[in-house]
Amino acid sequence: MKDHVELRSGAYADSVTLLQVSRAVQASPGVVAAQVAMATGLNLEVLEAMGFDVPDSTPNDMVVALRLEGDADLAQALQAVDAALVPTRPSSGDTTEAPARTTASALRRAGAGAVALVSVPGASATVEAMDALESGHDVMIFSDNVPVAEEVALKTYASSRGALVMGPDCGTAVIDGVGLGFANTVRPGRIGLVAASGTGCQQLLALLHHAGEQLAARGTEGVGVRHALGVGGRDLSAAVGGLATREALRRLDADPDVDLVVVVSKPPAPEVAEALARDTEALATPVELGLLGRGQRDLTAVAEAVLARLGHDAPDWPVDGADDAATATGPLLRGLFVGGTLCDESMLLATQVLGPVRSNIPLSDDLALDPGELLADTHTFVDFGDDALTQGRAHPMIDPTLRNEQIARAAADPATGVILLDLVLGHGAEPDPASHLAPAIEAARRDRPIPVVVSLVGTDLDPQDLTAQREALVAAGAEVHLSNASATRRALDLLSRSEGAHQ
Amino acid sequence: MSTTVVTCGADMFADAVAGQAVEVERVDWRPPMPGTEADLAAVATDPRRVEANRTAVEAMLGVTAHLVDVAPASEVLGLEKGQFLHAGPPIEWARTSGPLRGALMGGAALEGLVDDPEDAVALFESGDNVSLEPCHHRSAVGPMAGVVTPSMWMWVLEDRATGRRTYCSLNEGLGKVLRYGAYSPEVLTRLRWMGDVLGPLLQAVVRGTEEASDITGILTQMLQMGDEAHNRNRAGTLMLLRDLSPAMVTSGFESKDVADVLRFVGGNDHFFLNLAMPACKLALDAGRDVPGSTMVVAMARNGTDFGIQVSGTGDEWFTGPAQVAEGLFLGDYGPDDANPDIGDSAITETAGIGGFAMATAPAIVRLVGGSVPDALATTRRMHEITLAENPRWSVPVLEFQGTPTGIDVTKVCRTGILPQINTGMAGAVAGVGQVGAGLVTPPAEIFPKALAALAARAVGTSG
Repeated sequence: MKDHVELRSGAYADSVTLLQVSRAVQASPGVVAAQVAMATGLNLEVLEAMGFDVPDSTPNDMVVALRLEGDADLAQALQAVDAALVPTRPSSGDTTEAPARTTASALRRAGAGAVALVSVPGASATVEAMDALESGHDVMIFSDNVPVAEEVALKTYASSRGALVMGPDCGTAVIDGVGLGFANTVRPGRIGLVAASGTGCQQLLALLHHAGEQLAARGTEGVGVRHALGVGGRDLSAAVGGLATREALRRLDADPDVDLVVVVSKPPAPEVAEALARDTEALATPVELGLLGRGQRDLTAVAEAVLARLGHDAPDWPVDGADDAATATGPLLRGLFVGGTLCDESMLLATQVLGPVRSNIPLSDDLALDPGELLADTHTFVDFGDDALTQGRAHPMIDPTLRNEQIARAAADPATGVILLDLVLGHGAEPDPASHLAPAIEAARRDRPIPVVVSLVGTDLDPQDLTAQREALVAAGAEVHLSNASATRRALDLLSRSEGAHQ
Repeated sequence: MSTTVVTCGADMFADAVAGQAVEVERVDWRPPMPGTEADLAAVATDPRRVEANRTAVEAMLGVTAHLVDVAPASEVLGLEKGQFLHAGPPIEWARTSGPLRGALMGGAALEGLVDDPEDAVALFESGDNVSLEPCHHRSAVGPMAGVVTPSMWMWVLEDRATGRRTYCSLNEGLGKVLRYGAYSPEVLTRLRWMGDVLGPLLQAVVRGTEEASDITGILTQMLQMGDEAHNRNRAGTLMLLRDLSPAMVTSGFESKDVADVLRFVGGNDHFFLNLAMPACKLALDAGRDVPGSTMVVAMARNGTDFGIQVSGTGDEWFTGPAQVAEGLFLGDYGPDDANPDIGDSAITETAGIGGFAMATAPAIVRLVGGSVPDALATTRRMHEITLAENPRWSVPVLEFQGTPTGIDVTKVCRTGILPQINTGMAGAVAGVGQVGAGLVTPPAEIFPKALAALAARAVGTSG
């Protein structure tokens, strides 16, 4: 048996509360006797009678006196005291509860372990995210337009607290099967994803889910994703240096229910990628690195490598609405994307065939489109989710207006030979996105049969009904792929079937 | 996932999470005060802020105020003839409002600088051998006009742990009183009695009592007895009387004087206010000068300007025009008769009581023009802009939740929620006295000003 007596000056609770606290603590494991009381004369007498030795005190001090079994954990008993002292708040039927106006306030109400999801305008995102980190909570920052210096500050602080910053500009996370932001509903499994890329993550989720379904149909269960931790598209840049990726890897490595970790990223800074590759070798859990870049594998190849590591063959990735007679109607490829990583992946593949292509998120600075320009007289790739195009406007997964206008503009350009699109399903996306995209495709093909290839990223568990979405796009004349790499290769193939392809 | 998701931003994402059968706590987020985004981010990422605020809050909460002495301002503050202390941020005579003028005029007559208070106008205009200085610059606080002259007797409170002291004058009661700007002969007669009888007797009692009164402890108890310690101090006053009465009886003072003092204190429900205020200041002063801290350490008004001081920005005042309170008026008085907000008594709200503890004082919600649900909502709302809950000062009706403590400049700018102050209203014309009581807030613009100063001092990344 051992006694622990401490004074808490400045703490106060009424005697009835303290009686209840004492009783609650007494019931915790390893506690023989507990008395939590204000140090009034009467209470000191009681404590003395119980055999506790109380140091000099005033009636304004709170005494915490504990008698523990020899092997009991003092820290645990004190935690029980603290937990019992937290006032119980009315939970329901109380209409005067003030609404939480800050993330800090809402997290206080939600309690330990809550995760914050911040999607306010970028100029205010850092402030809300700091609320979460300060109180030891993980935060996902969907918001874009957050200055990189603030991202570094957030992630540096988070590292010191062992907290995870998913973002900024993090579109997707899946934690224990729950999707945050734009996330697909997937079969549970033992794969952990770390994604410095929202739609890249969604592509992998969709491909691995599809493979898992196919395997399950043949009697092999268990291929699926347990967690997908987004880290924001800039995490592997030189400025940020992979701060959040490291924290995410540490967590997945420590999770006994994760057998294989996959890292997917937009093209990273080479030195950061190298350092990351070295770091992953030190982990106990095997890591598959799927970092996009010139000469690197595409996302579909990464998914196939993951399946191979788990001892499975890749399925045939589904394609619908293919028209073998289709040919390009002009020399130029127009990639119009809502997913930045899907756009990156397509550009990398296209560059191998077409040479340099221009974009608002160019592979190198000299290939940048002029500001405000979305259509050049060369192959163009536009990411409508880019910061510059979402300022003062909703993300194109929520508001497709801007891209639909651009589809019409591309169709009106006689040089347009093939249109390459993506469409991303899942939580957070529109309830029926094909209902907006299909008419745009139909309109684009009205005057001449411009081939339209769509990568439709989603699962059959997503709220939008994958099959219906696919059918609507096919009915509008599109060829629909699950794999963005396969859609891109098909678009390039179609382009090669036109006269002016090799200009 | 077994845990809750807190969403701040697009409702769509909250709906998407809720649709997966996960508990969602939504933030009612609104854009911050205009133009504050960059400063908010700079201060949020100042690596000193979190620890600095913790330090400031703990220092504030760690203070216990003991009543250690009662003595003239000339002795304890070194105040000399011609020196006048006043409430609020610094101000020159030309910009003073009616009630402050009235109190200064009465104070000049009390000190014998002029025979007739009216003659003091020329004296203050000339500025010869007279000077004005905020109470706050002398570790003091004063309710309403807050005028302190050398002969006035002061409460002296001390934090035994540090030896730090604060001071406040003795409360004159309600109605025609100097602090509301009245300076008629009855006002001066009362003040002279306070100097001749009340002060010396209280000094004898305090000096003769072995166990110094724990003012912080009385505040703890009165908050559970229906006082919020700004506009209701009834329970506190009676508890003080309980503590001091035995020593008054045995003080050796004439029994008539003792009876007069007992009657005066017992008949003035606000007597304890002048102890609550310096107790709050003593606590807040402990939280001053912590680099990086965004905690407000003083809110004070001089009848013209409303000023705040912030822990991380030293003694700098951030000021804007004082507002006129909304509330109830005495007799025939109306809003046109009221002077803008005045007094150092907002130190109570700064420390988390007064308007911040309205929920605990349902008896006076009507006095200040509110309802009981308003009072509950007000206290809850103040938790949105404060750093901590005071474990000593709790509100029974809110399940003994601690009072909202430590106003955070950044949270005020983020939410646009202004600190709620409940206050007496002085007449706009010098000499009138009190015209009502009501609710008031600081001018919003002083918080972005303070924020900008914090951002300019911020260490770190963004700018």
